[in-house]
Amino acid sequence: MEPTKGVELWPVQLSQHAQQVDWVILAFTALLVVLVLPVFAAMIYFAVKYRRGSMADRSPSASRNVWLEASWSVIPFLLAGVFFAWAASLYFDLFHPPADSLGIDVVAKQWMWKFEHPGGQREIDTLHVPVNTPVELTMISEDVIHSLYFPALRIKQDVLPGRYTRLWFKADKVGEYHLHCAEFCGTDHARMGGSLIVLDPEGYQRWLGQAGADTSLAAAGEALFRKYGCSGCHGANSSVRAPNLAGVYGSPVPLDGGGTVIADERYIRDSVLFPKKQVAAGYKPIMPTFQGQVSEEDLLKLIAYIKSLS
Amino acid sequence: MTSIAAEAAAEPSYLKAGYTLRSWLLTTDHKRIAVLYMISVTAFFFLGGAAAAAVRINLITPEGAILTADGYNKAFTIHGVIMVWFFLIPSIPATFGNFLIPLMIGARDLAFPRLNLASWYILMFGASFTMYALVAGGVDTGWTFYTPYSSMFSNSHVIAAIIGVFISGFSSIATGLNFIVTIHKLRAPGMTWFRLPIFVWTHYATSLILVLATPVLAISLILIAAERLLGIGVFDPALGGDPLLFQHLFWFYSHPAVYIMILPAMGVVTELVTAFSRRRIFGYSFVAFSSLAIATLGFMVWGHHMFVSGQSMYAGMVFSILSFLIAVPSAIKVYNWTATLYKGQIALDTPMLYAMGFIGLFVVGGITGLFVASLAVDVHVTDTYFVVAHFHYIMVGATVMGYLGALHYWWPKITGRMYPEWWGRISAAFVFFGFNLTFFPQFILGYLGMPRRYFTYPPEFQVLNVMSSAGASILAVAYLFPFFYLLWSLRYGKIAGPNPWGAAGLEWTTSSPPPKHNFPEIPVVTAEAYAYPVAADGGATHHG
Ligand code: HEC
Ligand SMILES: [Cu+2]
Ligand SMILES: [Cu+2]
Repeated sequence: MEPTKGVELWPVQLSQHAQQVDWVILAFTALLVVLVLPVFAAMIYFAVKYRRGSMADRSPSASRNVWLEASWSVIPFLLAGVFFAWAASLYFDLFHPPADSLGIDVVAKQWMWKFEHPGGQREIDTLHVPVNTPVELTMISEDVIHSLYFPALRIKQDVLPGRYTRLWFKADKVGEYHLHCAEFCGTDHARMGGSLIVLDPEGYQRWLGQAGADTSLAAAGEALFRKYGCSGCHGANSSVRAPNLAGVYGSPVPLDGGGTVIADERYIRDSVLFPKKQVAAGYKPIMPTFQGQVSEEDLLKLIAYIKSLS
Repeated sequence: MTSIAAEAAAEPSYLKAGYTLRSWLLTTDHKRIAVLYMISVTAFFFLGGAAAAAVRINLITPEGAILTADGYNKAFTIHGVIMVWFFLIPSIPATFGNFLIPLMIGARDLAFPRLNLASWYILMFGASFTMYALVAGGVDTGWTFYTPYSSMFSNSHVIAAIIGVFISGFSSIATGLNFIVTIHKLRAPGMTWFRLPIFVWTHYATSLILVLATPVLAISLILIAAERLLGIGVFDPALGGDPLLFQHLFWFYSHPAVYIMILPAMGVVTELVTAFSRRRIFGYSFVAFSSLAIATLGFMVWGHHMFVSGQSMYAGMVFSILSFLIAVPSAIKVYNWTATLYKGQIALDTPMLYAMGFIGLFVVGGITGLFVASLAVDVHVTDTYFVVAHFHYIMVGATVMGYLGALHYWWPKITGRMYPEWWGRISAAFVFFGFNLTFFPQFILGYLGMPRRYFTYPPEFQVLNVMSSAGASILAVAYLFPFFYLLWSLRYGKIAGPNPWGAAGLEWTTSSPPPKHNFPEIPVVTAEAYAYPVAADGGATHHG
């Protein structure tokens, strides 16, 4: 399972999405070559035929067909529109992960990738995933902007500080492939990469076992929930009036001052770091901010815990 | 030769109007200022080129042949900063635009001659900060200065570099204003808008962008400085800022900036194609208006640089479709240049070779522009060598070809002497070949998945990288040829005469080099632009 060496002529297609992207570019290239070659050919032909001093006929052309000229520009444009739509629909898919995706957390920092599996397995710069299973990455950076890039899957997504971004894929071939950082992030940007290892289901189970994690992410989150004193307010028998977090994930939350938001990862993260930003209706804004106290990794664990309550 | 030239000879040429250094450094003659610009941008071009050479040499081996990680990051940063702001942006407008706009519209100078000189000094003043950043140890943010890396994390000389760029922006704005007012106010009698050479139209469109977009760049750079020096949270989320805000501001300037670089070159190519086929441009008004269309649409596509940045899906779709749209006016120009050749009197002199090279490379750059405007394709190729290749086809392939074409075509006008034609053609061929060998492999590299700004890379990419570096060495030599033979021609070149190409256009009716005040008396224009064939007394004495 070595990464391929030697000259590659066409990059591996590790997913259906990758195949589709390749088709777009191949078909689009074919179209544009068909449109452009006549122009180049005409340029060269004219340069020879009408070279200065040649005897070619230069009498003014009889008539101009405006419709013909217009169709020259309109038809190519409409054809190009097909490719806009095709590429846009593939882009649309990237924003819509299947509901049954395996969620993996990604924390980027100068210059490493940290991956956390739901079972609590952690790895750095290498990501193990099962084949033929949709995987959804929830990503955040601890410092500057990075970008997680899987060439074999034809996808990348910037990883921002202060905000979760997502990326999903379904790898359909077992093997080892490159992963890179694609957004310039300082000195060792070029070394901020590693491997995506796609395993068959048994291999993946075996790897999960070997990678050895004592506690799942959610369980670790539960411990943090007590450690940071969240349970003091949010716990079942607390004296403070604070919302019960069971079932909150993924459901609409009415806000103080009107409006509702869906309680997703971003909302939970913001609730912990900027509690005053969006206050749940019917409660006093007494929750303290945990900005600067809870690391991005701990936040992801807390979120995993709150998710597990749903 | 003609009476006009004889009369003009009464006043000495602008080159002979004074020989002291002072007479150059305090000149307000647009032609001398153009020469000052030419000397400076040539120096910047070779400096930026040296940084590119360091980058290409380093990439010969997968581990990085000569530079450390930081050294490499500084090399590509300084390459980008110098080439974009101190070569490409001023290149054609500030040299040829400056020299030619008054000559082409029949004026004695630009509207504000002292502002014109000031704008050169501003550029030099700005450049000195950027040079300081370079000498003091370099900058490593990339020319894009993305936050929060540039504002909070980089340990290099970011502030000096951005002050340099910030200051140089005022030079752009001053030049743009000067051109706009000049084109509005100083056209000779009879020189109506639709008799203007296309070169003037494209410079008008360019000036609009310079004036409208540059302030946004200035704002984004000030905000970086505010965050970096004063800790005011604008872009860094740790301070309550938004990192994407910077990208929106930056690309709101930098996408139109691409058109600052390409529109003037399109103007040049229109002049060259018409002169060397002795034909009026096909579809004059389409070509003229397409420049304005490009300038306008150019302000609405910045988000195509941010398809994977975390911006919303719908924003992505809107920016994608607008980027497809902007291909239309560009395609119109290509069709029209080609149609101009039809039934022409074509001579493949050096400037024409550059013009045809421009069209070829511009088309490849444009087509790959459509690829990167296609959302799902861009997700794969953005931030890879594919994008690097794409924008070099536009910015180096097309713009530098246009610059060199202009340099050869107007060299006799500027200096009064012909360059050696054989050397010119050979160099043009080498530039074209070297360019393609350098950048075509990069499309493949990018599609295979090599990210940009990598000083070390997986070994399977080595073959293509070596090809690219080999091409770059050919290109480097090919760029040095003109430098030497043009200098040589200053002394030994054949005397050109007022109109060596038999070209139409007011600039060819006055002597070469033109007298200090351009024309003995202000011409009265009675004909369309590109009124070929040029009457024999127009001085149609082709050298060949
Ligand atoms: C001092 C008591 C207190 C502490 C400690 C506290 N919270 Fe809260 N929290 C509240 C109150 C009150 C609200 C409702 C008002 C609001 O939205 O700010 C709330 C709201 C929330 C919400 C939004 C729930 C909803 O239904 O909209 C989340 C998520 C949350 N807290 C998570 C946490 C986590 C995680 C911690 C520990 C790191 C924590 N809280 C610590 C009092 C507290
Ligand atoms: Cu990086
Ligand atoms: Cu752009």
